[in-house]
Amino acid sequence: MTKVDKNFYIKLGKFFLLKSFRIATLLFAICIISFLLIKNSPIDPIQAYIGADMLTVGPEQRERIAEYWGLNLPVMVQFWNWLSALLTGDLGTSMIYRSPVSEIISERFIHSLVLMIAAWLLSGIFGFAMGVIAAMKKDTWIDKIIVWYCYTLASTPTFWVGLLMLIIFAVWLGWFPIGLSVPVGSLAEDVSIADRLRHLILPAVTLSIVGVANVALHTRQKMIDVLASDYVLFAKARGERGFVLFWRHGLRNIALPAVTLQFAAFSELFGGAVLAEQVFSYPGLGQATVEAGLRGDVPLLLGLVIFSTIFIFAGNLIADLIYYVVDPRTREGWRI
Amino acid sequence: MISSLNISVEAGEILAVVGASGSGKSLLAHAILGILPSNAKVSGTIKFNGEILTSARQEALRGREIALVPQSVNYLDPLMRVGKQVRTSVKKGNEAKAQREVFERYRLKSDVDKMYPFQLSGGMARRTLLSTAMVSGARVIIADEPTPGLDPAVINEALNHFRDVADNGNAVMLITHDIESALKIADKIAVLYAGSTVEVAPANNFTGNGEKLRHPYSKGLWRALPQNEFIPIPGSQPHPSTLPSGCLFEPRCVKATLECTKAQPVMRELRNGIVRCIHAT
Repeated sequence: MTKVDKNFYIKLGKFFLLKSFRIATLLFAICIISFLLIKNSPIDPIQAYIGADMLTVGPEQRERIAEYWGLNLPVMVQFWNWLSALLTGDLGTSMIYRSPVSEIISERFIHSLVLMIAAWLLSGIFGFAMGVIAAMKKDTWIDKIIVWYCYTLASTPTFWVGLLMLIIFAVWLGWFPIGLSVPVGSLAEDVSIADRLRHLILPAVTLSIVGVANVALHTRQKMIDVLASDYVLFAKARGERGFVLFWRHGLRNIALPAVTLQFAAFSELFGGAVLAEQVFSYPGLGQATVEAGLRGDVPLLLGLVIFSTIFIFAGNLIADLIYYVVDPRTREGWRI
Repeated sequence: MISSLNISVEAGEILAVVGASGSGKSLLAHAILGILPSNAKVSGTIKFNGEILTSARQEALRGREIALVPQSVNYLDPLMRVGKQVRTSVKKGNEAKAQREVFERYRLKSDVDKMYPFQLSGGMARRTLLSTAMVSGARVIIADEPTPGLDPAVINEALNHFRDVADNGNAVMLITHDIESALKIADKIAVLYAGSTVEVAPANNFTGNGEKLRHPYSKGLWRALPQNEFIPIPGSQPHPSTLPSGCLFEPRCVKATLECTKAQPVMRELRNGIVRCIHAT
């Protein structure tokens, strides 16, 4: 192993150590805050658990359920009990689904993941291409159309686009199913991949056409900066132009920021998925979050908060790591 | 801003363009190559091989017939290895071979090939920039301040190389504020003041106390050098937005008369050079 390599791995080790510390403190803070918030919210866990049968439960029974769950203990003791269970990997049992929270999250996550990856790739690729075209053809009609489209979409709520897509493609044209992730009334083993894809298309497209705006506008601005740089001027002075210029200097200099931005956008993706899944009744994490919130399913809600924190943190971590490892200025910085 | 600028450079010749910062030297280089920003207003004509350089011809010729040596490391792509940036400048012949040879000539070690611009020292960056022009095989080389930050040995080598290039039938335009270095190799010196040429003189006129020079500004500039009398010209170059209506140098000129304030003098031939002054003899 050369000296350079060794230094690199030491630096990388420090990087991960720092990041582990960050996620630990972040998660702890998130746990305290969300626990206290829910504790002080009007959600009554007993009522949420019993539901409509509440009328038949007397005050004494209520008292005993509270005692059984430890609801009459001091708040910090309750928090401690929850946290120690959490540390052993026990996220509790969902009240509305009557099954372990970790199971629900992992099952829902698979559904959401397919949707989010599809939307993520689509918006990334199309957004990047649109941004590049707009910047290369700055101030022409094509640039104006792209920018107009982006501003319009960036100020459009996701659920509204979802409703519009449903009305046009599912109701009027009947090309796609109205909701869910599989056909209604069919057994799990009868569902084909084509069926799943058909159910995936509308929500994924909805998420992408909104996501495209952000990516395209960022890429366009970055590309405009690159095109105005001294090194592009010098490349032109050396006779480069058009596609060669873009390929040699443009792409090279905007690819890294674009990719990292795309990973850092996990939070927006998750936020968008919550709305899109609700509109399309798509049984993913987003829909579970809305259900848990509306029906006061405390364990599930807290589990989802923790999971989404980790998910978004992972996105940001990947973004940082890519910059750290791919950019020669940080990768080979210690050579000088 | 550049106005009233007339210069020419012939094959086999080195023209040094000197002037203080802000006199429009870099702008001139960019104008010749046609790489001014799109909001720049350009008028006048530039001829290459006797034909007018239209923007289409500029686009076709730059990097092939006309090459630029820019000012700083910022002109190198920060994410491309420098060896590759030199190789992509090669227009004919074996790219890798041409790059290796030029690196050897400028004493750039072979591992520089794999470096990124941020890893280069100031001197290495300038030598890399020089290399890009040298490998292009262009017949006109425009060097924009190619020497600052280099050690004397490398300066001499770079200058000698420009001389070689010129002696092989090419034209070199050396844009600099370093008159001393320019004099070592240049055939003609054009003096710029506030964006216009005030004098174009043979290099050997820059001698003694500047008696052989024509324009009061060139004389002043020459005398202001440390190795000469080291007397600065009082005042400063006018800002492009507040140019005098007459001779641009009139407010600072010891020879100024009422006539000088009326109109900007035209370039006239005088003693084997040209000058923009009505009093010059």
